[in-house]
Amino acid sequence: MSKSLKLLACTVALTAATPVLAEKIGLGRPALPEEVAAWDVAVLPDGTGLPEGSGDVFTGDEVFAEKCASCHGDFAEGIDNWPVLAGGQNSLTNRRPVKTVGSYWPYLSTVWDYIHRSMPFGAAQTVTPDEAYAITAFILYSNGLVEDDFVLSKENFSEIRLPNEGGFRPDDRAEAEYPLFMGEPCMADCAGDLKVTKRAVDLNVTPEDPDGKPAGTLPPLTLAAAGDVAAPAEEPAAEAAEEAPAVETAAADPALVEAGEKVFKKCKACHKVGDGAKNATGPILNGIVGKAAGAVDGFKYSKPMQAAAEGGLVWSHEALAEFLANPKGYMKGTKMSFAGLKKAEEIDAVIAYLGTFGG
Amino acid sequence: MAETEKKGPSRRAVLGAGLATGALAAGMGRAQEADPLITEVQDWASSFGDPVDAAPYGTPIRFESHVVRRNVEWLTESPVSSINFTPIHALEGTITPQGCAFERHHSGAIELSKGDYRLMISGLVETPMVFTYEDLMRFPRTVTTAFCECAANGGMEWGGAQLEGCQFTQGMIHNMEYTGVPLRLLLEEAGVKPEGKWIYAEGADASSNGRSMPLEKALDDVLVAFFANGEALRKEHGYPVRLVVPGFEGNMWVKWLRRIGVYDQAVESREETSKYTDLMADGSARKWTWVMDAKSVITSPSPQAPIRHGKGPLVITGLAWSGHGKIDRVDVSIDGGKNWQTARLSGDVKPKALTRFHLDIDWDGSELLLQSRAMDETGYVQPTKDQLREIRGLNNVYHNNSIQTWWVRADGEVENVEIA
Repeated sequence: MSKSLKLLACTVALTAATPVLAEKIGLGRPALPEEVAAWDVAVLPDGTGLPEGSGDVFTGDEVFAEKCASCHGDFAEGIDNWPVLAGGQNSLTNRRPVKTVGSYWPYLSTVWDYIHRSMPFGAAQTVTPDEAYAITAFILYSNGLVEDDFVLSKENFSEIRLPNEGGFRPDDRAEAEYPLFMGEPCMADCAGDLKVTKRAVDLNVTPEDPDGKPAGTLPPLTLAAAGDVAAPAEEPAAEAAEEAPAVETAAADPALVEAGEKVFKKCKACHKVGDGAKNATGPILNGIVGKAAGAVDGFKYSKPMQAAAEGGLVWSHEALAEFLANPKGYMKGTKMSFAGLKKAEEIDAVIAYLGTFGG
Repeated sequence: MAETEKKGPSRRAVLGAGLATGALAAGMGRAQEADPLITEVQDWASSFGDPVDAAPYGTPIRFESHVVRRNVEWLTESPVSSINFTPIHALEGTITPQGCAFERHHSGAIELSKGDYRLMISGLVETPMVFTYEDLMRFPRTVTTAFCECAANGGMEWGGAQLEGCQFTQGMIHNMEYTGVPLRLLLEEAGVKPEGKWIYAEGADASSNGRSMPLEKALDDVLVAFFANGEALRKEHGYPVRLVVPGFEGNMWVKWLRRIGVYDQAVESREETSKYTDLMADGSARKWTWVMDAKSVITSPSPQAPIRHGKGPLVITGLAWSGHGKIDRVDVSIDGGKNWQTARLSGDVKPKALTRFHLDIDWDGSELLLQSRAMDETGYVQPTKDQLREIRGLNNVYHNNSIQTWWVRADGEVENVEIA
């Protein structure tokens, strides 16, 4: 049957209420083997999908330190609220369970697959298969599941079983819960005296509007006269915090600064700028342009960065540009797990943007 | 804005007010004072408003600028792997506008054009296939309205009342009308082999978020959608193409959909093992808890929507939904669950979609403990938080579909509380 005839058949079938088509429509094209190989990289619990390769704990430790430790910690212990990957054994019944690869994850395939396909955060799909084997081996070691001379490979992968594999069962709500919640509910005199036992206000963790009310509280309708509502109804300008260092901004090209703000989205996950910014995964960057390297109070720099600081490195425009183009090439061992900005114009823009934030 | 000058009552209006007070004292029906908004010619009734070329794509009027998505900064380490909340306290009806519908990204909302878009079907199929956006536009379409609720909606509330406002406690939800191609048609195009029992849907973003689901679901009502509420999907909702999985948890509604793999087993990806599994009190865990059980919440009054008009007629409005089908009934209690009355279901009741309910009461100005309780067409009744805790413990995180209590104070302010 020709394509046009198939389409015709489809049109006829469509006159029915819902399209029910046993026959193919003839749209799309077969995927080429190399296309399938590029995209179909998921690894399944039985090891299906694993490529050839191997990696040892020692190499994994090194790669982990370079690519993962800035969020997950040198020992996979997790920095701040980033995921903890090791430890937590026997914590699943605690009030604060620690769900790690060793304590919770059921399958090792998930670890390898996620590292290879989705990590590092902000630079996904830059880990080679051998590196993924090595990092996975290191995470097993961090959880006390293998010795330090262990080598993980495609061949021995399915021999490794995680401790909590048996800890999961398919959804059983239909048996365990639904029968309890079926039927005509009570409509009158269903409870005795009731007291308020917990109040959210006591925790005081809700985002607030400037007047102290929960963020987004509807404004009183009595303010609805156009003249009255103008000021309070406007959102506080997001740019307000950035008005202070206007002196520096005046010299910068506003379009370049704006472009730099967009580029900075790649950095924001780890670096904060502006009033009230605090060190996070990376140090705050207020006043960074022209500042001595490794000098932000309260940030724990990598050893190479500390050494560079002692050597008198200053973040001139040129030094920053070189660093941002290839962070790990410029400074081997930096904690900054960022692949680098490929385009010179992006680097110029982000430096111009950073230049608008005074120290 | 042409005119911001504050208008006060005119002298004539004030003089009139004196007369009005006299009339009221006599007990009869003239308004207390003539309203200058009526008696005086207002600026907007005399001069021009905006021309038709002022806003080729409109945004809400500035008086509604508080009706926006909000996030809770302390919840996550990074705003590109985080969530924000729909302002359900300020919305009515059932359709959520895309611009204020909650977002959950695992690696940020990406820009993917229609021209660059490709969808691959691979795995246990007769012919692995690639479809362009243009190909998808030539398949027969269907239209479905469905709610999308994050499995963690209300997850912060397991340990106790925590956040002030249904935007934060129940706002990881939106409801849109989608147009797209049934996934079944695309799978038929590739030809699923008999040993194919599961599909795995994967996104094109850096997180490569992927979830497995049984083939039966994929062949049933799952949609490969490209329109929402009549227009193209917004970037943050997966432009140009997302998966719509009615009744199932939001994490499975893969955005920027790039691949459907057919397998003989679940992939057991990171998102369906280490996350989105339900840890029970005994340390065991449920997995594959896909369906969102029946749930409801009163959206006003609520902490962000206090009662400011005093006693008398009061509209209680809220939302109910069930991943198992249609909402059958919603009951409302004003005394913390001692006594219940059945609310009105307003508008169309659609399966696996938000349903609006209303109850109009005459508020006597006393404190209320407001609750709503949904029932769906299977006969399931929305449980209390204590009933769920008794089965699941406190570490469950996901699938908190329990009854919400709002404490309405005599001054009309409203708090999120637990009662016993």
